[in-house]
Amino acid sequence: MRFMMIVKSAEKWGFPPKPLMDAIAKLSDEAVKAGTMIGNGGLLPTATGARVRLSGGKVTVTDGPFTEAKEVVGGYAQFELKSKEEAVKSATRFMELHREHWPGWEGETEIRQMFGPEDCTPKA
Amino acid sequence: MTATHPHSAIDAVWRIESARIIAGLTRIVRDVGLAEELAQDALVAALQQWPESGIPDNPGAWLMATAKHRAIDMFRRNKRLERKHEELGRELQAQQEMAVPDFNAALDDDIGDDLLRLVFISCHPVLSTEARVALTLRLLGGLTTEEIARAFLVPEPTVAQRIVRAKRTLSEARVPFEVPRGPDLAARLSSVLEVIYLIFNEGYAATAGEDWMRPALCEDALRLGRILAELVPNEPEVHGLVALMEIQASRSMARVGPSGQPILLLDQDRSRWDQLLIRRGLAALDRAEKLGGARGPYALQAAIAACHARARTPTETDWPRIVALYDELAQLTPSPIVELNRAVALAMAFGPAAGLELLDTLASEPSLRAYHLLPSVRGDFLFKLGRLAEAQAEFERAASLTRNARERELLLDRAQACAGAQPQPGQR
Repeated sequence: MRFMMIVKSAEKWGFPPKPLMDAIAKLSDEAVKAGTMIGNGGLLPTATGARVRLSGGKVTVTDGPFTEAKEVVGGYAQFELKSKEEAVKSATRFMELHREHWPGWEGETEIRQMFGPEDCTPKA
Repeated sequence: MTATHPHSAIDAVWRIESARIIAGLTRIVRDVGLAEELAQDALVAALQQWPESGIPDNPGAWLMATAKHRAIDMFRRNKRLERKHEELGRELQAQQEMAVPDFNAALDDDIGDDLLRLVFISCHPVLSTEARVALTLRLLGGLTTEEIARAFLVPEPTVAQRIVRAKRTLSEARVPFEVPRGPDLAARLSSVLEVIYLIFNEGYAATAGEDWMRPALCEDALRLGRILAELVPNEPEVHGLVALMEIQASRSMARVGPSGQPILLLDQDRSRWDQLLIRRGLAALDRAEKLGGARGPYALQAAIAACHARARTPTETDWPRIVALYDELAQLTPSPIVELNRAVALAMAFGPAAGLELLDTLASEPSLRAYHLLPSVRGDFLFKLGRLAEAQAEFERAASLTRNARERELLLDRAQACAGAQPQPGQR
């Protein structure tokens, strides 16, 4: 099963401190070696982004930063794992690294299972 | 972690940690069967204790420490294994002298090597192919006997027996727990790759049963391949195999129709191909080629798969290049199956008559006598040549030969289509 992990936090926190980046790099390296992480990426501040919204039949474009947003997506990773429990365990470790290396930081990792081949085949 | 599903959470820990633990223990006790039993004992202890106490911060280290204590207890009780006891004692003493506070950190130093040794011992040539597959899934994939049995549609006791016998064989043959060196390495590595690809194929094109695919088995094989690629990064054929599996897996969602029927490559909706896996596959192929391994059998097959992956529509497929790659593959690993595929490529590049000509030289091949794809492909060529009555007979023959229910339906549909179109024989 494939899972998307989406990390969200308030934008005021800015970039993670170096020790956290190093710890995340080590964790990612382990996940690659374990054959479970198949893709990941970090996102730049929302000031460099934009929102294109369809509402009431009108498409509007709003440039970043998204000052009104409480939490924004900061990064994502895709994993291939056996169960949601494995995903929870993996995300828990990721958040524990934040606790250790970024005192006071608050945020969340949202775990979402992705549509996969097992969802294409009707169950016999 | 919440305690709502303690057992599935422990299963998750086991799946992630078991290979490392078994590998580390095997290095110490020098017996893979014993190492697995010790690891299982530790798992049983976890299942008893963790629902009460909560999952420890470092569950892998907890399991490893518990397993080691069991090992010490057992060796103390068992005088026959005195020699091993001493070895274990020395090992533990050496570790204590290192004064490493974290068991896992000590383990991590060697873990890559231990895992690799475990890969090689699980795929050792003294074992039958079936035993290698079962042992690899069990020890490295972390699958239960029941899961393996379900994946291969054999009774659970059969798999359990296979694993028990495999462990006994390794023990009796005193197979060393080591990474082969020198000329041995290539042969042993190819045995490992064969096992991984076999697991992948059983998931990708199930040889029996109701479902055309078992995606979980493909994922297990891919994970094993990716692990191996990190363990032996300089072996081009490992990257070749990973490339092949990634690209084939990229089509998973396009090759099954809404009612579970197989959809053939050229009929697939290519927008449903998984571009992430294609990119990973092409990158792995690139790695194989940069290591000078473009001409290995897996890299060649990956290069063929890449030709399809790069074509946005079937008509953009570079069939002449695919023919050339099959020519090379046929020289390297001559087999009737490769010839069969080469015939398909020839037909696509130069017309069905060219394909049929090659195919007819395979008709007397004993190993293909009961292989459903021969009449299936032949039926397709005849159909394209407008020889519908012959095509129908071939499709029906193919349907009678396949063991996969979904595939049989597809073949019977094609036979039906020939029958329906027969009032106008000879037309294209």
